[in-house]
Amino acid sequence: MSFDLLFDPLFRVPFFTGLLLAGLLPLVGMYLRLRDEWLAALAFAQMASAGALLAMVADWPMIAGGLLAAVVAALVKGVAARAGAGAYVLMMLLAWGAGVLLVANHPLAEQAGHALFDGQLYFTGEGHLVAAALAVAVIVPLLAWLSRPLLLARFFPEFYRARGRNERPRLMLFDLLASLAVALATVSLGVMAAFALVFVPPLLACRFGRGWRSGLVLSAVIGMAGYCVAFAVSLGFDQPFGPVCAVLFVVLVLVMGVKSDRM
Amino acid sequence: MDGFLIRARGLVAGYAAPVAGPLDFELRRGEILGLAGPNGAGKSTLLKALWGGVRVFGGTVEKAPGLAISHQAQGFDDLRGIPLTGRELLRLTGATTDGLPAWLSGRLDERLDRLSGGQLQFLRLWACLAAPADLILLDEPTNNLDKAGVAFLSDWLGHAHAAQGIVIVSHDHSFIDQVCTRVVNVGEESPA
Repeated sequence: MSFDLLFDPLFRVPFFTGLLLAGLLPLVGMYLRLRDEWLAALAFAQMASAGALLAMVADWPMIAGGLLAAVVAALVKGVAARAGAGAYVLMMLLAWGAGVLLVANHPLAEQAGHALFDGQLYFTGEGHLVAAALAVAVIVPLLAWLSRPLLLARFFPEFYRARGRNERPRLMLFDLLASLAVALATVSLGVMAAFALVFVPPLLACRFGRGWRSGLVLSAVIGMAGYCVAFAVSLGFDQPFGPVCAVLFVVLVLVMGVKSDRM
Repeated sequence: MDGFLIRARGLVAGYAAPVAGPLDFELRRGEILGLAGPNGAGKSTLLKALWGGVRVFGGTVEKAPGLAISHQAQGFDDLRGIPLTGRELLRLTGATTDGLPAWLSGRLDERLDRLSGGQLQFLRLWACLAAPADLILLDEPTNNLDKAGVAFLSDWLGHAHAAQGIVIVSHDHSFIDQVCTRVVNVGEESPA
């Protein structure tokens, strides 16, 4: 066990990449939870991992493959909106199957596959950091702009239609932003760590938040704090980041005593 | 447009097939129109047809240019687990907090899932009533309201609202008779 590595410049880029995403993903997760679509995040993550692996086999940048697959996932979600969770599950199964087959049949994909599935944050480079910073700079203001339409769609679904306006383009823009954020996190943090950051901080923020805005802030704070602890523990004990992050967040839910009917 | 806000002529509406109508009426600013009738008569369907929420099978709906409609629908999602305050809910529709009853105005900064069913229903109703709109459509507004809520709503509707028109669907005939300036009975004729 050694925590000296925490201060090693080698890990600065991975740390700050993850920290940016750990602040962004819970915000996206709050709106996915609002729309009762949090399961879509796992579908986006699986699709992104399959896309990244496919890109690697095709000698493309993995990050591009992941983002492209996420865009496809967002489009499928929009087209198959009526299928709801069923569409997410089908996407997950397809992406997981494709990803595992690629790993099994292409030596090149094996190492990348383990990084994606295990969540080896330490392999992220400056390209990921730049992409994460860009994502935060673009997605956070757009989420602020989309906040009212997304809340209205939940609490007053007929609000825009009664005024002769179509809310669908704004909802589809949210799908696209959510899929891109999750995809970027998947290729940086791994599938389950990305999903944990989308799911758990909003779960706690919705339980303990005093309002929507304070819930958003609380969610981001929980995400970033939990991420920092997971990063330190995984580095200090030389463990893969993804599982440490996922287990830590589950323990947090249990410790905070969130009732099962509020999940 | 002859000064009317909305005009329905022989309106027949439904989903896969026509289930309600025909309906004829014309509404001007300052009027409160009640759509009365038994359960299953299609009142809510006709109300939705006024803003395009269901399929129109026959007749016409004419609206004043730029008409802003506020529609309060029946039912409400399960709010457990969503940390929204009453003030945030009202801000969504642009509803003012001025004029809210005292028993609710003091609780605006509490989460919606901490309010009673009656308080929540009234708040939701208020989000539509006090939103910027020319035409307000209310679907069974007294459902789930407690006595204080019904009394306040009746009183509020009883005051002059010269700038707006209101259409109310209710199976509660006494409420309709008390607050509406005109009543149209639905379900007395079969769909064309």
